[in-house]
Amino acid sequence: MTKLLPKGSMQRRLVIQLSLIALLLSLVLFVIVRGVAERAAADTQDNILAASATSIADALFTEGGQVRLELPYSALSMLGTISEDRVFYRVLVDGETLTGYEDLVAKAALSVPKQPEFSTFEYRGEQVRAVVVTRIVSSQSHQALVRIVVAQTRLGLVQISSRITLLAVAIGIAFFFVAAGLSLWAAHSALAPLNRVAGAVTRRGPSDLRAVQTQAPAELVPLITALNSLIERLKSSLTQSEDFIVEAAHRVRTPLATVRTQAEVIHRGLEKSKNKTALREMIRAIDESSRSAGQLLDHAMVNFRADQFQTELIDLRKLMAETVERLSPTAELKDISIITQDQGGDFDFDCDPILLQNALRNILDNAIKYSPADSDITVTLAWDAHYHILSIADQGRGFAGANLSDHLQRFKRGTNVHDIVGSGLGLTIVDEVARAHGGYVEITNHTDPEGGGACVSLYLPLV
Amino acid sequence: MRVTLFAIGLILTGFNASFAFEIEDHRIYAAPMPTQTIKVISTADIAAFDPLIRRFQSINQRITVDYTVASSTEVMAAIYDEGAPFDLVISSAMDLQTKLANDGFAQQYISPQTAQLPAWAQWQDQLFSFTQEPAALVISDAHFAGLEIPKNREQLIDLLRAHPEIFDQRIGTYDVRTSGLGYLFATQDSRNTDSFWRLTEVMGRLNTRLYCCSGAMIDDVYQGRLALAYNVLGSYAENRLAHEPGITIVPMQDYVTVMMRTAFIPRNAQNPDVAGRMIDFLLSKPTQESLAETTGLPPVFEGASDKQKALRPIRLGPGLLVFLDRLKRQAFLRNWENSIRQD
Amino acid sequence: MRFLLVEDSAQLARAVCERFALDGHAVDHATGLNDASAFVDTTDYDLILLDIMLPDGDGRDFLARHRQAKNKTPVIVLTARSQVSDRITLLDLGADDYVTKPFDFAELEARCRAVLRRQGGAAQNRLEFAGVILDPQEATLTANDTSQNLRNRELRLVEIFFAAPAQIFSKNHLMDRMFSLSEDVSENAIEVYVGRLRKKLAGTGAEIETVRSLGYRLVARP
Repeated sequence: MTKLLPKGSMQRRLVIQLSLIALLLSLVLFVIVRGVAERAAADTQDNILAASATSIADALFTEGGQVRLELPYSALSMLGTISEDRVFYRVLVDGETLTGYEDLVAKAALSVPKQPEFSTFEYRGEQVRAVVVTRIVSSQSHQALVRIVVAQTRLGLVQISSRITLLAVAIGIAFFFVAAGLSLWAAHSALAPLNRVAGAVTRRGPSDLRAVQTQAPAELVPLITALNSLIERLKSSLTQSEDFIVEAAHRVRTPLATVRTQAEVIHRGLEKSKNKTALREMIRAIDESSRSAGQLLDHAMVNFRADQFQTELIDLRKLMAETVERLSPTAELKDISIITQDQGGDFDFDCDPILLQNALRNILDNAIKYSPADSDITVTLAWDAHYHILSIADQGRGFAGANLSDHLQRFKRGTNVHDIVGSGLGLTIVDEVARAHGGYVEITNHTDPEGGGACVSLYLPLV
Repeated sequence: MRVTLFAIGLILTGFNASFAFEIEDHRIYAAPMPTQTIKVISTADIAAFDPLIRRFQSINQRITVDYTVASSTEVMAAIYDEGAPFDLVISSAMDLQTKLANDGFAQQYISPQTAQLPAWAQWQDQLFSFTQEPAALVISDAHFAGLEIPKNREQLIDLLRAHPEIFDQRIGTYDVRTSGLGYLFATQDSRNTDSFWRLTEVMGRLNTRLYCCSGAMIDDVYQGRLALAYNVLGSYAENRLAHEPGITIVPMQDYVTVMMRTAFIPRNAQNPDVAGRMIDFLLSKPTQESLAETTGLPPVFEGASDKQKALRPIRLGPGLLVFLDRLKRQAFLRNWENSIRQD
Repeated sequence: MRFLLVEDSAQLARAVCERFALDGHAVDHATGLNDASAFVDTTDYDLILLDIMLPDGDGRDFLARHRQAKNKTPVIVLTARSQVSDRITLLDLGADDYVTKPFDFAELEARCRAVLRRQGGAAQNRLEFAGVILDPQEATLTANDTSQNLRNRELRLVEIFFAAPAQIFSKNHLMDRMFSLSEDVSENAIEVYVGRLRKKLAGTGAEIETVRSLGYRLVARP
C-alpha cells in the first residue's frame, strides 16, 4: 500500500489560524488595556487636579471688598499623593494675579464654564497638565471673576504609563499563550471525531465491509456517506471478482474435461504404440493447461485471501494429516508411501487454513509428481526456537539449477523437469502463503546416502 | 583704615562679591593635591558639620570642600534669586528646599544609595533627606527645679499660665519671620494642633524672646537666661547635652515634629558628580549611623522609630509649598505677630 | 460393484461408464437430480459419483438430502470449482471425496477404491482362483495359509487378472488400466510388475503366463 504523503495538516492549520487570531486579539487587548489604563491614570490626575483647584476655589473669601484666599494645605498636599510631580498654581482675580506663579498661563474659556477645563502645555521646560476652575466671587461692590489654575508635571504619569505598558504587554503575552493553548486543545478536540472515525475504520478487520456506523458530527457525514458508498462499490467489485474467478475456473475446466475424456476414450481404442504415444502427449498437454489454469486461479485466490488475511487457530498437525490423506490415493497410484515423522509438541497456529491447506497440498502434490514409483515421501513436523517447521522430502530428482531460491519465482521451473507437467506456480504459491503468515519457504536438495531428492520446508513463526 | 576694612570686607565677601546673600560662616577644607572642588552651602554650622567633612575627605582625599554656612532664608535667596553656582545645597528648611526643587532649580541624581531611600525620604530623585531631627522643648534644670515637667502642649500652656513669674521673658523660640526652619516648625505646629495659637498667645503674653537660631537659644538656656526654649532643633540640644548637663530635652507626648535635613544638587552646579559623591557619602551606612547617634533618631532608611509613637515627620511634597504662598504666608505671619507680640 | 453416475455430459458419462466396466463395475447413469433421486430410491449403490453442476439443480442439494435421509452410500463429487473453500463445503455437506474436472481416470479410480475401503462394510468380494484368494480390500494374496501384502499397483494388476482369469491382456491394455495417462511409463514397467506378481504367486496354484506377442493371462499352474 502506498503510504499517503500528508499535505499540510488540518490540526496544524487550525492551530496556526487560531494562534494568529489569538495574536491579533492579544495585540488588540494590549492596545485596549494600555489605552484604558492610561486614560484612567490621566483621568485620576485630572480629577485630583480638579479637586485641588476646587478646594482652592472653595477657600476664596472676600474681605473688605477684596478677594482673599486662605490656601488650604490639602490643596497642594493632595497633589503629592499619587506622584512626585512638580506643582504650580496661580490665582487670577479679574485677570490679575492674586498669588502663585505669575508666568503660569493656561487656556481658559472667556465665559464661565461650569466644569473645570483641562489643557496640556509646556512650562519651565516640562510638559504640564493644567486645570482651570473659574468662580464668580461676589463682594459688596462687584462680582469678581476668579480663575484658579493648578498645574502638575506629567512625569508621574509617564512612569505609570510605562508600568502600564509593561503590565499590558505581560497581559497580552499571557493571554496569547493561554489562547494559543486553548486553541490547540480546541483544534485537537474538534478534530477528535475525525480521529475517532478513522480509528473505528482502522480497527476493522481487512474483510470487514460493513457500512461505517460510528456517530459523527454533521460535517463528517458527507465523508462517511461517501466512504460507505465506496465500501459498497468495493464489496460489489470484490464479489464480482470472486465470482469471476469461480466462473473462470468453471469455464476453463469444463471444456478441458470434455477434451480429456474424449482423448482417454480414443486412447483406449488405439492399438498402435505410436498413436497411443501421440495421444498421451495430447492428454499431457491438456493436463498441463488444466493444471496451469487451476494454479493461476489458486494463485489469484491466495493473493486475494492474503490481502484480507483473516486467521483462526488451527492445529497444523491435523491440517497436515488431512492433506496427506487427501493426496494418498494419488500417491498410491505410484506406490509411493507417505511417512510422517512427528517431533511432538504443540502445533497450534493462528493462520488462514485455506491458504495453508493450499500450500501444503501444492508441496505434497509436487513431491508426488516428482517422485519415482515405489519411493518414499517423508513428512516431518518439527519446530525450533522460532518456527513450526513442516517439511516434505521426496526421493525424486531434486531441484536443479544454480540458484535454488529461483524456483520460488513465478513460472520458474527447474532445468530438469521438462518431462513433467508443471506450471511453475506451485512453489510461488507456497512462498506467498508462507510470507503472508510471517514465515518463509526453504527448498533444499537433501543428500540422502541412498539417493538424492528434494526437500521443501515451510517455516511458520511461533507466536 | 577704610581701605583695609574695605579690602577685608572684599576678602570676606570674596566669593560672593557679586552676590547679595548673607553668609554666616565659611571655611575651605583644602585637600593636598586636589583634583576637584565641591562648593557646599548649608544651614548646618561648621561645628556640627566638621566631622562629616573630615570623614568625607578621608575617603575622597583629592577633593577640596568649600563650605559656606548661611541661614535658610539666605540659602533660599542665594539659589532662587541669585542662582549662585553651588554644587550642593543642604538645608533644614524642607519647605524652601521643596520649592527650589519644584520650581526647577535642582537636578536629578540617581545612584544605588539614593535608590535605597524610602519614598518619603526623597522627592523626584532631586531632593534627598539624610537625617531625621525632632523639634524639641528644652528646659533649664535650674529653673524647673520643683516644677512638674509638662508632657504635652496643653500641660505646657497650663504650666506657663500658672507660673508667669518664672517664665516672663524667660521663654525663647524662633523668629519665624526670619528663620526658615522656625517658620516650618511653626506652620507645621499650626496644622498639627489648635493649641498652637493658644500657646503662641500665652508665650506672647510672657514676652517671649525671639531668636534666629537653635544654637543661641540653647546657649541661653544653659546660661540661665531662658527657662525653656520651644521648637529647638533636638539634634543640637543632644549634642550639647552630651558634653554638658544642665538642660533637659522634654519629649512631647501629643506630637513631636520631625524635620528632615535635605540636600540637592543645583541645576547650575559646576561639579555635579562630586556633589553626587557627597550625597552618597551622607547616605552611606557609617554616616547614617553616626548621624543617628547625634540626632537621637534612627537613620533615614529605617523610618520613624517605634519607640516614640508621637513622632510626626514632616512629609516632603507639594504640600510644603502651601505655607510659602504669598497670601498664606502673609496671613500666617500677621496672626503670629499679633499673637507673639502683645504690645 | 454397482455405481451411480450423476452427470449431464453424455461424453463424460460414457467414458466413465466404459472405464468402470473394464474393472467389472456396473454403472447406472442419471442425467439429472430427478433421475438420480429415482435411481437412489429404487436401487442400493456401492458408490455415487455426483456432478455438482446439473441442469435441474445444484448437486449439493442432492447431497444434503442424501445425508439427511441417512443414506450411507459414499459419494464422490465431480466438480469444476477448484476453490479449496468450496471443496471443504462439499466435505462438510457429506461428500466422501471429490475430484476436480478435468480429472485423471486413474485418480478417480484410486479415490473410489479408497472411499470404498474406508467404507468397510461387508466383506468385499474376494476373488479366488486356483487356491489363491485375493482380498482386494485387505490387499492380500493368500495361498497355502500364507498371506502376502500387495502394493497398490500389484493389487491393480492382480485384480485385473483375477477378474478375468485365462483372459489375455495386452501390455498396452494393462498399462492403460494400471497407470495414469499423465505418467510416462514404458512397457518395461508392466514387465516389472508382472515379474513381482509372479514372485508372489510362486508356489501357489496360480501363475501368470506370457502369451508371446499377445500379452499375459492368469492360468492355473500345471
